[in-house]
Amino acid sequence: MIEARDLCKSFQDKKRGTICAVDHVSFTCRPGQIYGLLGANGAGKTTTLRMLATILEPTDGTATLCGYDVIEAPEKVRANVGFLSTATALYPRLTAQEMVEYFGRLNGLDESTLKNRVNEICSRLDMDSFRDRRCDKLSTGMKQKTSIARTLVHDPPIMIFDEPTLGLDIMTARTITAFIRECRDAGKTVIFSTHIMSEVEKLCDTIGIIQSGKLLTEGTLAELRAKHGEHDLEEIFVKVVAPHYVSEGTN
Amino acid sequence: MSFRSIGVVYRKELTEALRDRRTLISTIVVPLLLFPVMSVGFASVASMLVGKVKEETPKVMVIGGADSPAVLASLRKTEKADDKLDLVPAADNWKAQIIDKDVRAVVELPQGFEADLAQQKDETVKIYIYGGELKSGIAANKVEKHLDEYRDTVIKDRLAAKNLPASVLKPFEVKQQNVAPAEKVGAAAIGGLIGYMVILLCMTGAMYPAMDLTAGEKERGTMETILSSPISRTDLVLGKFSLVLSASLATAALSVTSMGISFWVADHFHAFDLGKASEDTLHLQIGFGAALSVFLMALPIAVLFSAALFTIALFAKTYKEAQSYLTPMTFLIIIPAVAAMLPGVDLTPKLALIPILNVSLLCKELIASTYHWNYIAIIFASTCVYAAAALFIAIKMFQRESVLFRS
Repeated sequence: MIEARDLCKSFQDKKRGTICAVDHVSFTCRPGQIYGLLGANGAGKTTTLRMLATILEPTDGTATLCGYDVIEAPEKVRANVGFLSTATALYPRLTAQEMVEYFGRLNGLDESTLKNRVNEICSRLDMDSFRDRRCDKLSTGMKQKTSIARTLVHDPPIMIFDEPTLGLDIMTARTITAFIRECRDAGKTVIFSTHIMSEVEKLCDTIGIIQSGKLLTEGTLAELRAKHGEHDLEEIFVKVVAPHYVSEGTN
Repeated sequence: MSFRSIGVVYRKELTEALRDRRTLISTIVVPLLLFPVMSVGFASVASMLVGKVKEETPKVMVIGGADSPAVLASLRKTEKADDKLDLVPAADNWKAQIIDKDVRAVVELPQGFEADLAQQKDETVKIYIYGGELKSGIAANKVEKHLDEYRDTVIKDRLAAKNLPASVLKPFEVKQQNVAPAEKVGAAAIGGLIGYMVILLCMTGAMYPAMDLTAGEKERGTMETILSSPISRTDLVLGKFSLVLSASLATAALSVTSMGISFWVADHFHAFDLGKASEDTLHLQIGFGAALSVFLMALPIAVLFSAALFTIALFAKTYKEAQSYLTPMTFLIIIPAVAAMLPGVDLTPKLALIPILNVSLLCKELIASTYHWNYIAIIFASTCVYAAAALFIAIKMFQRESVLFRS
């Protein structure tokens, strides 16, 4: 379970002064469901998810994941979270297996549990043919599988995906979306951010639309259609975001 | 703080470092090769070159002297093979010949030189040389030696004519005698250089891992990956820092070992014997105790460098940017390290508090097996304080989002 309460994050910029990247965002994600955070570039999606993963600290408000507060117990939060984004790269000089083992050890797994877990994940993700290959020699698809294995090694109850399919070819993107579904089916709490409407329509149980750091609306796809009088998600998105939209270059 | 987590990070960073060519070169190859090349190689080559130049018979032009056959005979006289001069006839373009290095020196004998000497008139013999040119300088020295011998003969003859003994002009002899043991003589000559090299190599050993583990991690996009794991940031810094420190210490240990072995080899094969009499030859043996003390003093300085370089490199977003921050650091470190090599700069209570300079000065004394325990205590303690402060700053900087996610 993820509960975000009035999450705020502001940054100081020498030229622009204080920038409010996330402004009092509150939402709840439940186990066995996928929460989609939909927003344009610079809307505040990544900052929100980074706060949930405790990579960034909120300037105001807080969130609890599995009952642990992101400010008071960040290490316990991270132990219950698998975080995957296109910015979470692999160590090039480690092999795929070493990469997964490293994160298993950081998550406190003992050696025998780790060995079984790595074997199980490698076999499940069809990684056996390249598990001994260095990460800098892997194809994009192999790297994605290794990243997935890295997030799954400690079997976290919460999965956070920040634009996980950004820049990937269709086949690799499908591997990721299939994996997100598997996580939901396994009863995990899943939150993921994207600006691709089709992904949200296919995957999400609840959708939140974010712009200029504010969560403007949220609900199931059916609820959003009813609320905004549009069938197409893209039309709903434009209708919600347009009054608040400031293009990236304007700032 | 969890030692297990620090150990996990350290093991992983070590695995990666051992697979990184740049780190291996700066940590292992440079210290292992630098000292042998510097000591045995450079000294042997220098000794060989200087010896060769000394053995050469320089071309010397004599202007005048037609009325002074005894002086010319003295210049032609050869007692030892390396005293020999190749006298060439005078030419009008003698200056150009010196500059073109056709002749190494020109001796100008005044007209009626011998006759003037007989009348006990003051005379000056000029030697023209190419200033700063080694071969020209050596030729001038050889000419001077011949002229000195001739002058001594003239003086002897004058004293004999007045029935005076030669000791009238030299009532007593002055002789320098070395009483310091051979290793102290060697240490006085190169002790400062060794301190300088150890300090510099401690830094170069730490430099590449420090950049790789901070800016390199940001550049490769793995910083966010590791920050999403449950390890605390303090443990993460300490794990990474331990690897940087290991690299620095490995470089220091290898350089101290390498310098001990290479100086022993150099000494064994008389690489530092620059043609001097055997009792004046430099004996550059470094005892095990001296090498161990230098290494122990290198410990806190390695911690200081590792933490400082780690912190500075952390501000950079890319490896290249980190290099541009750390390269000027080399000069900051070289200046105090070189200052210790300057003549007359010795340890004082104030200098013992200046980081880097203090260790460099102390190394000079340690190599000579001189142990000023009060200075050792001050320097070790002050360097530990600086090192602890640098490590504390490194940990604090790693907690700051503005440093980790600088854009």
